[in-house]
Amino acid sequence: MAQNYYQKEIETMPVEDLKKLQSEKIVKQVKHVYENVAYYRNLMDEKGVKPEDIQSIDDLHKLPFISKADLRDAYPYGLLAKPLNECVRIHSTSGTTGRRVVAFYTQNDVDLWEDCCARAIVAAGCDEKDVCQVAYGYGLFTGGAGLHGGSHKVGSLTLPMSSGNTDRQIQFMMDLNATLICCTPSYAAYIGETLKEQGYKPEDIPLKAGIFGAEPWTEEMRRGIEETLGIKAYDIYGLTETSGPGVAFECCEQTGMHVNEDHFYPEIIDPDTGEVLPEGEKGELVFTALDKEAFPLLRYRTRDICVLSRKKCSCGRTLIKMAKPMGRTDDMLIIRGVNVFPSQIETVLLNEGYQPNYQIVVGRVNNTDTFDVNVEMNPEQFTDIVSDVLAMEKSLANAMKTMLGINPTVHLVAPKSIARSEGKAVRVIDTRKLV
Amino acid sequence: MAIKQLTVFVENKKGTMVSVTDILSQNNVNIRALSIAETKDFGILRLIVNDDKTAIKALTDKDYLVKSIDVVGVKIGDAPGKLTTALDVLDKANINVEYLYAFMARTEKHAYVVLRVGNNAEAEAALENAGYHLITEADICKL
Repeated sequence: MAQNYYQKEIETMPVEDLKKLQSEKIVKQVKHVYENVAYYRNLMDEKGVKPEDIQSIDDLHKLPFISKADLRDAYPYGLLAKPLNECVRIHSTSGTTGRRVVAFYTQNDVDLWEDCCARAIVAAGCDEKDVCQVAYGYGLFTGGAGLHGGSHKVGSLTLPMSSGNTDRQIQFMMDLNATLICCTPSYAAYIGETLKEQGYKPEDIPLKAGIFGAEPWTEEMRRGIEETLGIKAYDIYGLTETSGPGVAFECCEQTGMHVNEDHFYPEIIDPDTGEVLPEGEKGELVFTALDKEAFPLLRYRTRDICVLSRKKCSCGRTLIKMAKPMGRTDDMLIIRGVNVFPSQIETVLLNEGYQPNYQIVVGRVNNTDTFDVNVEMNPEQFTDIVSDVLAMEKSLANAMKTMLGINPTVHLVAPKSIARSEGKAVRVIDTRKLV
Repeated sequence: MAIKQLTVFVENKKGTMVSVTDILSQNNVNIRALSIAETKDFGILRLIVNDDKTAIKALTDKDYLVKSIDVVGVKIGDAPGKLTTALDVLDKANINVEYLYAFMARTEKHAYVVLRVGNNAEAEAALENAGYHLITEADICKL
């Protein structure tokens, strides 16, 4: 199959040239961050590193890490490296552990991010003749905006559907002959099931490819989606802290995601010691934004456990590949594409007058995540009226939805009934089979 | 005047009921009347027993969530239409009934109705004015 590239020169650049490019960029970037971000300057000073110490990409390991906690401490402007009047947009995470992460973008930042998404779209076999249905959520979430911008860059006809309203998604897909769909894998599976129920066969569906990300999914799910929709399903990776989807993307080989390492430099570190691990070893994925202007995170610890590989790819791209993340170094869950920390549930319970005795049960039915929270009944609020107790469940679920952005089903259970192992309650039961 | 009802939160799981009744029998508590309201996840068990203090302690010791509340008990005739007549009294007095359950007397030709209403005092007054005999804790013990 003939390969197309969106930015061939970069995507197929010899590794030595790529390294030279990365080295040029990092020297400039460290200087920019040191001069403009007091928060990071302090981290560097504490570690005794000066911008002059960074002469090439090989010196990157000398720099301090940035963690999620730093993002929270520095909220909202502490890591901003450009005056606000040069920023054109923000995006935000779903509101983790009480404080959201807000990321800022200059026009250049938006452009390079959209370029990354465009590379993913072209790698999925699409061009300006395609019709791209963007069924990721639009708004603060980066999914919709990223793929929307990428689709524009490629010149595809963009259908800005946002997520939800499946009947309308299907109507536009069929009437306007959408050939590419971008959404979460669970939503793709759901759309596929709905099409099947409505009597559509894969050959009736105009789609030829899908780009799916923002939540973990399995090879089995991939096969299921490919079968019901009659498409090739491609993985995409990204996070708001680095820009959004498109940090890495899959090519026709479907064996891992090429990292757009001319913009986002990946490292794998030992999560305990912080030491950089050699290629091929499993560890925590760390990203450095090489040329982002407004929100340039250096050595950001993603908490994703991952492996990098420089093995030659049949697609011709020389960009390093990352495996699908195999887990997390913290207790974060990704449910229906949304980041959920157990501590957020705890916060809601305390706010609502409950003891923080709870259990999160995540499963998957028909390729959609189920999200149940068992909460021990509060003796003070217990009444003999069933509708009152049901209303308590409903009100807890609403409070959790406000905090998390997704709707759990809350079950009140008897006091002291939540399983405890060695005195410590088992907080999370995740029965989804992933990777 | 009112009588005590024990309200127990139970999970809708196999074996929960037998566990509750077992605890009561081991503590020599006799159940006079029982009703359960259940949802998919949980049930709310309502009990009238001969010795509520012992029952509360025994269940609480076993980590059951128990609340004691006051309900209205009234004696009605055991014949068609008698319950309707009694409820009519409450309806006319504008008293809302949350739920009720009934049980038969062993010897007399009477039935007893347990009523959970918004305002016990008003319900009791309305029923007494209409000539009903309200049951008391002492009556429960004699049953």
